[in-house]
Amino acid sequence: MRKTPFVLGCFAAALLSTAAHAKTLVYCSEGSPEGFDPALYTAGTTFNASSKPVYNRLVEFERGSTKIIPGLAESWTASDDGLEYTFNLRKGVKFHTTSYFTPSRDFNADDVLFTFNRQRDEGNAWHKYTEGTSWEYFSGMDMPALIKDIVKVDDYTVKFILNRPESPTVANLAMDFASIVSKEYADSLEASGNQTSLNQMPIGTGPFKFVAYQKDAVIRYQAHGDYWDGKQPIDDLVFAITTDNSVRMQKLKAGECHVAPYPNPADLEALKADPNLEVQEQEGLNVGYLAYNTKVAPFDNAKVRKALNMAINKQAILDAVFEGAGIAAKNPIPPTMWSYNDAIVDDGYDPVAAKAALEAEGVTDLSMKIWAMPVARPYNPNARRMAELIQADFAAIGVTAEVTSYEWGEYLKLSKDEDRDGAVLLGWTGDNGDPDNFLSVLLSCSSVGGSNRAQWCNKDFDDLVNKAKASSDAAERTSLYEQAQVVFKEQAPWATIAHSVVFMPMSNKVQNYKMDPLGGHRFDGVDLAE
Amino acid sequence: MIGFLLKRILLLIPTFIGITIVSFGFVRVLPGDPVLLMAGERGITEERYAALLAEFGYNRPMWQQYLEYLKDLLHGDFGNSLVTKQPVLSEFFTLFPATVELALCAIVLAIVIGIPAGIIAATKRGSFIDQSIMGTALVGYSMPIFWWGLLLIIVFSGTLGWTPVSGRISLLYFFEQKTGFMLIDSLLSGQKGAFASAVQHLILPTIVLATIPLAVIARQTRSAMLEVLGEDYVRTARAKGLSARLVVGVHALRNAMIPVITVIGLSVGTLLAGAILTETIFSWPGIGKWMIDSISRRDYPVVQSGLLLIAAIIMIVNLLVDITYGLINPRIRHQ
Repeated sequence: MRKTPFVLGCFAAALLSTAAHAKTLVYCSEGSPEGFDPALYTAGTTFNASSKPVYNRLVEFERGSTKIIPGLAESWTASDDGLEYTFNLRKGVKFHTTSYFTPSRDFNADDVLFTFNRQRDEGNAWHKYTEGTSWEYFSGMDMPALIKDIVKVDDYTVKFILNRPESPTVANLAMDFASIVSKEYADSLEASGNQTSLNQMPIGTGPFKFVAYQKDAVIRYQAHGDYWDGKQPIDDLVFAITTDNSVRMQKLKAGECHVAPYPNPADLEALKADPNLEVQEQEGLNVGYLAYNTKVAPFDNAKVRKALNMAINKQAILDAVFEGAGIAAKNPIPPTMWSYNDAIVDDGYDPVAAKAALEAEGVTDLSMKIWAMPVARPYNPNARRMAELIQADFAAIGVTAEVTSYEWGEYLKLSKDEDRDGAVLLGWTGDNGDPDNFLSVLLSCSSVGGSNRAQWCNKDFDDLVNKAKASSDAAERTSLYEQAQVVFKEQAPWATIAHSVVFMPMSNKVQNYKMDPLGGHRFDGVDLAE
Repeated sequence: MIGFLLKRILLLIPTFIGITIVSFGFVRVLPGDPVLLMAGERGITEERYAALLAEFGYNRPMWQQYLEYLKDLLHGDFGNSLVTKQPVLSEFFTLFPATVELALCAIVLAIVIGIPAGIIAATKRGSFIDQSIMGTALVGYSMPIFWWGLLLIIVFSGTLGWTPVSGRISLLYFFEQKTGFMLIDSLLSGQKGAFASAVQHLILPTIVLATIPLAVIARQTRSAMLEVLGEDYVRTARAKGLSARLVVGVHALRNAMIPVITVIGLSVGTLLAGAILTETIFSWPGIGKWMIDSISRRDYPVVQSGLLLIAAIIMIVNLLVDITYGLINPRIRHQ
């Protein structure tokens, strides 16, 4: 706190003197942000506290959907060859005025160039501005290889030149790492030799301005009075960091916070029954799966994989592992995502048919390993339990499975090995609402040995996904992804297990809160009843 | 006395070196590393993985890393967190007052209740009161802290609404923390009701953190008192016609306090260990929660320097206990 910027007296006095009138929304967040420069990090908790309240991007996800809408760019056009995207920037956008920075100019193209060049240009003075700076999301989304150049056409026009056509580019620019940072603020920090402050005292154009952070305890924001999209209905936003799920729910019940995420499934009934609370729910943009190693016999045989899939009782998993907070998955992308192919029929649970199918392929006395993640994830809250259930299902068809696990970092590393022994439980949460973010990242030939844990390379599937990636025609892309899902289902590189359902309990005073299908927590546009 | 002090202080040096080795080695023998965890499901290419390891210096031989760490320590550089990029020392001192405030309140509560309870149990040996106190102490000692904390929250905050659920002060109050101790800062702020709010927020975490030390102190006081009460000088004092209160309160208690003080000193370690759970339950922004988060992220600089700082504090407290022990009991310093 001593190092935290402190809006002396005036803010405290204002908060207290206007306490009777000011609308303060308290969000009991589940953890502490790692910092306030979203481009440095990959965790949703950090984005909720940094990019979502404080920053804007050129394009934004519409609240409550994955639809891309204008943000700091009012409009954009793509060249016919898909290699150039031109963004027309919004005029009159104000950066935050705080106790530690007063902007002298509005947002313009220089800020866009600074935002991206600091991440892509190793010669940029900000490329290594803190010890161990790494632009993980920017790199993870393959942006260094994708972007050839970013050109300032004029103060309010910016052109992105790509090395290859890639349709998800615009969606990528709505992601948190693409949050637009003030170049003027960065310059002032550089001049004062205080560059690390960018990660502690953020300045953005977003709906709320940062006021103070007391480490591991409280983050305070104030509505940005000059916000380009109008001032927020609430005046102050407070994040009360409360890591334990049960305690968070107690705080919500006691009225100490208005919104509290991630309830324990066991608490849901009581929360729903509370007359002062409302519980919103939405299918998460994620998938939990069991990836076979398709390079190792007998899992190189699609019929064997499909037979094993038929042996898995998904309903039992949903009941025991997700405790009702999940739905069975039949496709590698979740149902809330565009191009989801609902016509596909899942492999039904049929142990007798599964056993017969295995025997038909000459597979008897099969022994295998099932890898269980050591951590809980939204797409798999208890991998060990899930693995044990699958182990029992496989035993019922004569397959002996051994459950194995490693420390999380090791697990992620070893599970990538192309000659890995066993089927791996893992999952994925979408980044940008684009099917490519699932199908290409997790199942393409180029991801074998990396994030493609099935080590599955199918030419038909790959051609469809690559063609969709290069196309800018939404209808064509939809059709191609639907076909890709058919190929996936026939080939069964994974047993698709479940998509989680996310619950968000809140006070019934909270108005106009929309759950984010991308898993973030946003408070722009949210109001509180008097 | 000076010789005794010097001996104790000199003993700290090898202990300190030992702790640097343990704290440095501890986090590195854990499987996994910070770069892999940072990349998560998204993964990382081999080249990038190697480049990041090299950037942090984790590709060098372990002994080189250790010597570098020692060199930095001698220059007062405790390193920066890999996650927050902040200096470890500044993070530690931002969070430490919260832990100290809670630990002090807990130890005071444990002493204020534990010692009288132990004395009463000793003087009423074998009675219903003795058995009740010792039975309660046993239950307190065996209490699973996490369960106990949640239970108190559900009953006193959730059902009865008497205490706040968690945090250090109501979010209504917002002022600069000059000392980091909320009780002091709330008074300094001059804001009406701030101090009362800080006290209310301390009640449940203090009770939870004090539970185990309280039980230990009560049991230790009882057994020490029983031992002392059987001594000849106590019998003599009684024979002289001194009141029971004077015999127990002055003659017996002073001698019985020696082992109790040792137990209180050793409780500092217990309090810091207990603080990890208590801080997690009550969203108390102290060093316990900070260490747990850092271990799970394999934030090497925070874990190694954080452990070192905590160990150093425990060592200093133990030194002070030794000195106090020596002051109370001259036989110790003459040994």
